[in-house]
Amino acid sequence: MANKATIITDPDPIFGKLTWDSIPFHDPVILTVILVVIMVGGGVFGAILYYGKLRYLWDEWLTSVDHKKIGIMYIIAAFIMLIRGFSDALLMRSQQALAVSDTTGVGYLPPEHYDQIFTAHGVIMIFFVAMPLVVGLMNLVVPLQIGARDVAFPFLNSLSFWLFVVGAMLVNASLIVGEFASTGWLAYPPLSGLEYSPWVGVDYWLWALQISGIGTLLSGINFFVTIIRMRAPGMTLMKMPIFTWTSLSANVLIILAFPILTVTITLLTLDRYVGTNFFTNDMGGNQMMYVNLIWAWGHPEVYILILPAFGIFSEVTATFSRKRLFGYTSFIWATVCIMFLSFIVWLHHFFTMGAGASVNAFFGIATMIISIPTGVKIFNWLFTMYKGRVTFDAPMWWTCSFIITFTIGGMTGVMLAIPAANFVLHNSLFLVAHFHNVIIGGALFGYFAGITYWFPKATGFKLDEKLGKWACALWTIGFFMAFMPLYVLGFMGMTRRLNYYDNPAWNDWLLVAGAGALVVMVAIGVQLYQIFASIRDRKLNMDVTGDPWNGRTLEWTTSSPPPFYNFARIPEVKDRDQLAYLKYHNLAFQQPDKYNRIHMPKSTWAGITIAVLSGIMGFAMVWHIWWLAIVSTVAMVGCFIAYNFEKEKDFYVEVDEVEAIENAYFKRMNERPATETNNAPASGATLPIQA
Amino acid sequence: MAIPTIGWSDYLLFDPKGPIAAQQMDLIIWSFLIMMIVVIPVIGMTIWFSVSYSAKKERGDYDPHWEHSNPIEIVVWSIPLLIIIALGIITYKTSFSLDPRQPIQSEKPTMRIQVVAMDWKWLFIYPEQEIATVNELAFPVDTPVEFLITSDTVMNSFFVPQLGSMIYAMAGMENQLHLIADKAGTFRGMSAHYSGFGFSGMKFKAHSQTDQDFETWVNKVKASPTTLSPEVYKQLSVKSKDNKIAHYSSVNPLMFNRIIEKYTGVQNGQ
Repeated sequence: MANKATIITDPDPIFGKLTWDSIPFHDPVILTVILVVIMVGGGVFGAILYYGKLRYLWDEWLTSVDHKKIGIMYIIAAFIMLIRGFSDALLMRSQQALAVSDTTGVGYLPPEHYDQIFTAHGVIMIFFVAMPLVVGLMNLVVPLQIGARDVAFPFLNSLSFWLFVVGAMLVNASLIVGEFASTGWLAYPPLSGLEYSPWVGVDYWLWALQISGIGTLLSGINFFVTIIRMRAPGMTLMKMPIFTWTSLSANVLIILAFPILTVTITLLTLDRYVGTNFFTNDMGGNQMMYVNLIWAWGHPEVYILILPAFGIFSEVTATFSRKRLFGYTSFIWATVCIMFLSFIVWLHHFFTMGAGASVNAFFGIATMIISIPTGVKIFNWLFTMYKGRVTFDAPMWWTCSFIITFTIGGMTGVMLAIPAANFVLHNSLFLVAHFHNVIIGGALFGYFAGITYWFPKATGFKLDEKLGKWACALWTIGFFMAFMPLYVLGFMGMTRRLNYYDNPAWNDWLLVAGAGALVVMVAIGVQLYQIFASIRDRKLNMDVTGDPWNGRTLEWTTSSPPPFYNFARIPEVKDRDQLAYLKYHNLAFQQPDKYNRIHMPKSTWAGITIAVLSGIMGFAMVWHIWWLAIVSTVAMVGCFIAYNFEKEKDFYVEVDEVEAIENAYFKRMNERPATETNNAPASGATLPIQA
Repeated sequence: MAIPTIGWSDYLLFDPKGPIAAQQMDLIIWSFLIMMIVVIPVIGMTIWFSVSYSAKKERGDYDPHWEHSNPIEIVVWSIPLLIIIALGIITYKTSFSLDPRQPIQSEKPTMRIQVVAMDWKWLFIYPEQEIATVNELAFPVDTPVEFLITSDTVMNSFFVPQLGSMIYAMAGMENQLHLIADKAGTFRGMSAHYSGFGFSGMKFKAHSQTDQDFETWVNKVKASPTTLSPEVYKQLSVKSKDNKIAHYSSVNPLMFNRIIEKYTGVQNGQ
C-alpha cells in the first residue's frame, strides 16, 4: 500500500503523520472504492437534504434513545458491514483460486493488500456484523419480552450504538486514508508491535476495537441491569422467555470478558505509542501473555455470539411447533453451564504453543465438556418439534438448516479440542472451516431467523416468505459448497492465510469453495431484494394485531410496530409463555378500560455527539495528531458533563395521547378483514395454568 | 495450467510417513467415528421430526402442553456425557503419549536439529554435524529427531504434516518437538502461523533419507563454499521473500543459543 514504503518518524505538528500520500490515489481498485463511496454517500445525503428529511432523521433516529429504533439501526449497520466483509471474502476466494505459483506476485492481490483483506474480513465479521446483530436483536426484543418500556439506561444505549458506528467508520476510513492492519484479526504481537508493523494499520485496529469494545461493554452492563431490574411484575427468573435468558448470559459474558479486551488493547497501545515492552520480543516482553489475554476474551466472545442465537432458535421452534419449549429448565442450566465453562477453555486456541501435556489435556477435556450442554440444547429443539404441529415458515427453515449445519460444526470442534489431533489441524483450513461452520451455521443463521421472526414486530409487516426461504436455501447450499472443501483442504495440509501456494492439488477444491462463495453472494442478493420487495409490497403482509405468528411471549401482546412506550399498561406475568397463557384463558388482546400517564426518557444529542468526538479522537491518535486528540477528548468530557447538567431528560406521556394510540390499535385489530386468519389463536395452542 | 490429478497422497494427513502422524490420523478417524454415534441420529431426527410432525399431517398425538420427560432428559444428558467420557479418556492418554516434548523410543540415538524461523525463511542448524541450511531439512529415516525451535522474528509455526505435530516458534524461547519418519521420501514443510508479507513463501522440503544418503547430503553441505558466519547471518536476517535453498559448511554450534539470548540476555551463566 501507499504507506508501506514510507514510515514517517517525525510527524508534523498540525497534520501528524497524515500527508497526501496517505490516500492511495495510485491504486485503481481503491480509487474506484473511494469514488463509489463518495457517490453513494453524497447521493444519500443529497436525497435527505432534497426531501428535507435531515431534521426528521436527527430528531427521530440519530438522537433517539428508543431501544427499538436503536435495534433497527444496529441491524441496518450490520447489513452494510456484512456487504463490506463479504466483499473481502470474495476477494480472498478469487485470489486463492488464481494463485498457484512457486513465488509471490500471482493473482491480482499482492500480499501487502491481501493480508489487510483477511484481517479486515475477520475484524468486520466478528466486531461489526455479528456483534451488532446480537446487540441489535437484544435491543429490539429484550425490553418487549420482559414487559419494559425501555432499557435501564437509555442514554447509555444510544452512546453504545454510536460508539459501535464510530468503530466501524474507523475501519472503513482505513480503506481510504492510510491502510488497515495486516496482522490477522487478533493482531498477535510481536507482528502487531511497532518493530514489525510500523504503519498506521494496527493503530486503526486498536482504536476501532477499543471504541466499539467500550460501546459493547456499556451495552452489556445496560442489558444486564435491564433484565435483572426491569422485568414486569410476576416474571421470576424461571418465567423469563428463553431469548431473554440467553441474552442475560451473553451480557454476563460481555461484562466479564470485554474488560479483558479493553486492557489487552490498552497494553498493546502503550507498546506502540509510548514504548513500553509488554509484548515485545525483548526487554522482558511476553507475546504469550497477549495470546492468553486475547483468547481469555476471545473464547467467551464466541459464546456471546452464539448464546443469543440459541435463544432465538428456541423461541422460533416453540412458536412454529405450536408447543411449549421442551426442557426449559434443563435448557437454562445448559446455558449457565456453557456460560461458566466458556471462561476455562481459552487455551484450546493455542495448544501448539508448547504448554505441557497436563495443561493441554485439561483444556481439551474442558472444551469437550461444553459439547454436553450444547448437545442437550439440540435435543431440546428436536423434542420441541416432537408431538408438535410444525409449520415451516422462513424462521423454521433457518432453524432446521442450523441444527444440521451446527451439529457438523460442533463435531469438528470436538476434533479440534483433542490436543494431539489439534497439533496437525491447527491453523489449517480445517480450523477455518470449523469456525465458519459454527459462526455462519450457528450464530448467523440464528440472527437471520430472528430478523425474519421479529421483523413484523419492528416494522408492522412481514418479510416476503418465499424470498426468505430462497435466501435460506441458497445460504445453506453456498455455505456447504464454500466450507466443506476447506475441511478437505485441511486434510491436504493447506494452512490458512496463504496468498499463493505451490501445490496444484489444492486448486480444484479452492475453485469449488469459490463457487460456493458466489452462491452465498446470490443469497445475500436475495436477502437485500427480499427487504426491498417486502417494503414495496408491505400492504400484502401487514401485521395488524401485533401477533403475526401466533406467538407465545410478551412482545406479541403489543402492536406492531409497538408504540414508543411499548406497553400502555405494564403486564402482570403469570406464565413463562404469557401470551399463550392469555390466549388459553381468552384474555389476550383485551383493551383495558383505564390508562395512566407514562414516564419516558427524552431523545438526546449527547450519545451521537460524544461518539463522533471519540471517533475524531481515534483518528487523531492513529495519525499522531496530538492537538486534535487532546481537543476532542476534552470536548468529549465536556459534552458528558453538559449532558449530566441537563434538567429535562424525561417527560410524561399524558393519558389522552396513550388513549388515542391504543384506541387506534384496537380499532385496526377489530376491523381487520375476515381473511386475516393468522392471528386467531389456533385451536389447541393453549396450555394449562401453571401451578 | 494443467488440470491436476488428485491422488490419495495429496491428502497429507491421511498419508503419514511416521508413527506420530499415523497415530494422529487414527485419532482423527476414531474421534470422527465416535461422534457419528450422536451426529447421525441428530441429523436423522431433524429430518424425521420435520417431516412427521409437520402441521400438514394433523397428527393425533399433538400435545401443546408436553414439555418435560425424565427419560428423555436422562438420555439426552447421558449420551453426550458418555461420548465425552470416552473421548476424554482418549484425549488424556494421547495428550501425554503424543506430547511434542515426549522423546521417541528407538534403537537409534536421537538426532538434534535446531530450527530458527526468520523473515521469511527457515534456518536449520545441525549442531552435531556443525552445518546449517536454509529451507532444506534432511534427516535419516527411522531416526528420532529432536527439533529445538525458536524464532528470530515474529511468531511462526514449524509444521511437516506427514510427520505430525506442529509447534510455535517464538523469539527468546525454545520449543521442543520430537518427530520420526519411518519412510524415506521428500515431504512438504511450512510455517503454519501467519508471520507477515512473506509468510506464504515460508515453506521448505524435508528429506527423509537412508543413513547413507544422509551422510552424502551432509558431505555435500560441508562442501559448500559459504559458512554461517555472523556477517552471513546478518545478511540472512534481512527480510526476503521466496528464499532459495542455501547450504552453510560450518556454523558455531552455540549459534542457536546466541539467537535466543539476543532476546533473553545470557542465562544460566553460560
